[in-house]
Amino acid sequence: MARAATTQRKIVVTTAAWIVGLLIFFPILWTILTSFKTEGDAIAFPPSLFPPHWTLENYFEVQSRSDYFRHFVNSVVISIGSTVLALLIAVPAAWAMAFSPTPKTRDIMMWMLSTKMMPAVGVLVPIYLIFRTLGLLDNVWGLMVILMLMNLPIVVWMLYTYFKEIPVDILEAARMDGATLGKELVYVLVPMAVPGIASTMLLNVILAWNEAFWTLNLTAARAAPLTAFIASYSSPEGLFWAKLSAASTLAIAPILVLGWISQKQLVRGLTFGAVK
Amino acid sequence: MGSIQLQHVNKSFGTHAVIPDASLEIKDGEFVVFVGPSGCGKSTLLRLIAGLEDTTSGQILLDGQDMTAAAPAKRQLAMVFQSYALYPHMTVAQNIGFPLKMAGMDKAAIDAKVKEAAGVLNLTSYLDRRPRNLSGGQRQRVAIGRAIVREPKAFLFDEPLSNLDAALRVNMRLEISELHHQLKTTMVYVTHDQVEAMTMADRIVVLNAGNIEQFGTPMELYRTPANRFVAGFIGSPKMNFVDGAEAAKHGAFAIGVRPEHMAVNKDSGLWRGTVGVAEHLGSDTFLHVNVDGLGLMTVRAEGEKQLHHGDVVWLTPDPSRIYRFDKDGQALAAA
Amino acid sequence: MATRQTKALARAMMAPSIIVLFVWMIVPLVLTLWFSFQRYNLNYPERSGFVWFRNYYFFLTDPAFLQAIGNTLILVVGVLVITVVGGILLALLLDQPIWGQGIVRLLVIAPFFVMPTVSALVWKNMMMHPQYGIFAWISKTLGLPTVAWLTDYPLASVIIITAWEWLPFAALILLTALQSLDEDQKEASEMDGANFVNRFIYIILPHLARAITVVILIETIFLLSVFAEIYVTTQGGPGYSSTNLPFLVYVQALLNYDVGGASAGGMVAVVLANIVAIFLIRIVGRNLDA
Ligand SMILES: Nc1ncnc2c1ncn2[C@@H]1O[C@H](COP(=O)(O)OP(=O)(O)OP(=O)(O)O)[C@@H](O)[C@H]1O
Ligand SMILES: [Mg+2]
Repeated sequence: MARAATTQRKIVVTTAAWIVGLLIFFPILWTILTSFKTEGDAIAFPPSLFPPHWTLENYFEVQSRSDYFRHFVNSVVISIGSTVLALLIAVPAAWAMAFSPTPKTRDIMMWMLSTKMMPAVGVLVPIYLIFRTLGLLDNVWGLMVILMLMNLPIVVWMLYTYFKEIPVDILEAARMDGATLGKELVYVLVPMAVPGIASTMLLNVILAWNEAFWTLNLTAARAAPLTAFIASYSSPEGLFWAKLSAASTLAIAPILVLGWISQKQLVRGLTFGAVK
Repeated sequence: MGSIQLQHVNKSFGTHAVIPDASLEIKDGEFVVFVGPSGCGKSTLLRLIAGLEDTTSGQILLDGQDMTAAAPAKRQLAMVFQSYALYPHMTVAQNIGFPLKMAGMDKAAIDAKVKEAAGVLNLTSYLDRRPRNLSGGQRQRVAIGRAIVREPKAFLFDEPLSNLDAALRVNMRLEISELHHQLKTTMVYVTHDQVEAMTMADRIVVLNAGNIEQFGTPMELYRTPANRFVAGFIGSPKMNFVDGAEAAKHGAFAIGVRPEHMAVNKDSGLWRGTVGVAEHLGSDTFLHVNVDGLGLMTVRAEGEKQLHHGDVVWLTPDPSRIYRFDKDGQALAAA
Repeated sequence: MATRQTKALARAMMAPSIIVLFVWMIVPLVLTLWFSFQRYNLNYPERSGFVWFRNYYFFLTDPAFLQAIGNTLILVVGVLVITVVGGILLALLLDQPIWGQGIVRLLVIAPFFVMPTVSALVWKNMMMHPQYGIFAWISKTLGLPTVAWLTDYPLASVIIITAWEWLPFAALILLTALQSLDEDQKEASEMDGANFVNRFIYIILPHLARAITVVILIETIFLLSVFAEIYVTTQGGPGYSSTNLPFLVYVQALLNYDVGGASAGGMVAVVLANIVAIFLIRIVGRNLDA
């Protein structure tokens, strides 16, 4: 009796969860499916879920029209580059905050986060002008630095929450064992924090990959990552939906796959220590 | 070589003086135990010696050299932590070899040393495991192994056994004592367990609220406690204290008698009382006796003595073993 | 762990982060402040000079400004409400035993990985398009009049799109928090005869408090600067009906080439963001840490 009730309940809950899940996922699913349709089928009314005639045509056209691969490489370089830069600066800072806290540590953390609340537009003009002076416009290095700065507060915070879970004893043991600070970081802290560092890197890559303010405003042709690539499809109104879908699919697929593979870890990291 | 000297060491966190003013001389090769109640500053004192905290004022000398400002790595001391503090991402062998690697020793030499230490500590078959796959006792031995390989000037232990179960604790206690006999290296050992202190130490430092109450051999502390705090802290069960008129009879503000220094008689004696709880341990029986006019006292009786709740008994302290204290708790010379 | 040496080291290790962030904040800010007092239009380089607060006067008295502030707040609060409430419901649902939970999780988290430009494009064209969009098709199928979402309900549309992007984040963080709730505690409360509502109010919600705090803090940081979603879909219009502060400044600077005016707008945005930041950190930050 009770068993039947729970099975019944499980069926109901499962159905509800799948419906909700599919609804949330639908826009993405729809985009992916549309990318395999012909332009005609893409705007057919009533719409058909699965392409009546599967085609890869759109993908080829997108590549030839706007050189997906160059943008892809830019995206990879920028997001990984900015992540590495951010980690190099953030690991020491997070170490200091986690293991040598002072009464001011919390305020510093919050100040860092508050810089992230500062609207980018507030500083767009000078940055634009400075970049123009330095010749950094439309340059991957410039963008890397900007995105590093954008995400640094979040990276420091996330690392800090991970480091705080590491018992101080172990670092002290390393110190007693004759490790200098550098060795303490390289041989003890970083290896112990690998899961945390990995999910921090991942988040940073995702944020950098998807960042669409600076990448749109500071790049033109050469250094433009996928955000700019996709934005170029926003002007021709409608009717190129299959190609738009193909471009969209191409732009999100790498990060979607990466995110899916690592979602458990990523989500745990995103709780910022709020969940033990 | 490993003598340790503290000269007027003061440690304050903000305005709170955890160690007001400590001076201490630990000789080379000595096994010194710090005991005291929780929060009295034992760990702090040990960490000051280790260099993990720095002194607010005063000097710390190692082998006569002023090391007050030296980094922990420079002091050539080894520490065993209560939590063991093993490196979870390294194997047992890597854990033990870590200090040698940090010292820049070559791989072959490290391997040899690690093997040797593992042999001494019965860890040979676990060298490739990670700490999480070891039992508490084994982890403890790895931590000790990591400490001994680099042949430090002195070992520092911070409550190393408190995470082990009772039986293992006794075993490890013996092993550490044995190790001390073999290595003859200075050891400083923090515990709040006075049995550990009494059984292991060459000399004991009794700490109370950051002050060194007494520093002496276990028997000195037992026989001639410097004050009421030490008298009460050393010895198990605790010493019984009596003040007021009964103490005045002995010309003191308070007197103390250890449970083992009182005779129990059913018919006659000095103090009359009623047995409360009787703890029969087999070898001994501890009686908690409610003495008329003096309050609760603990007495040790023979193990097989048949006394029960509610029985009336008479207690007679051994007159030569009555400790006398003045108003400030300082011990008075034997009458 | 707290010797003078380690403390000095700690300061040295924090220095790079603090310095770069400080420079990143202060240099452009000072420049922005400077520009904001200048007459400075890229279209008319010959007109220049110090104009004191004129840029501010124009910016602040521009009706678009108040509207943009209102829109910014509506956007932030709207998305927060939808994602937190929706996230809690979704988390409660996914916390039940279901078949294929792993796959549902993947479906739910997916929007978080989609770049804002793409989600905006997809929603604009394929979901909300008045003729060929899915919503239009649903309306027609049901025999209802179709809605031109982006022109008739521009701000609501932007909120929907943004909420869709952030709902997964909230839901999965809250789900993780929910799953960390002690089984014992749940069972104990069931034994105590608490019904679901009571359990939710007295056990679950307090347990989620810290996670909700994190969600609000992180989302606010990002929602204050929503840009791509507007840029791609409504371009702030019609009129200023879906213009938020970042977008307004963008329009001033890069479309009207009015650097002085844009800088004044930027300063206002910074000041407002700082007010929100202080407010948020006071109220919400207390819940963190410790
Ligand atoms: N970093 C610190 N900041 C402020 N106070 C501290 C700090 N470390 C220790 N204390 C205080 O110093 C006192 C002594 O602490 P300590 O750890 O030395 O005690 P302990 O004798 O080792 O106690 P236990 O037996 O519980 O380990 C305590 O009151 C503690 O609260
Ligand atoms: Mg301690």
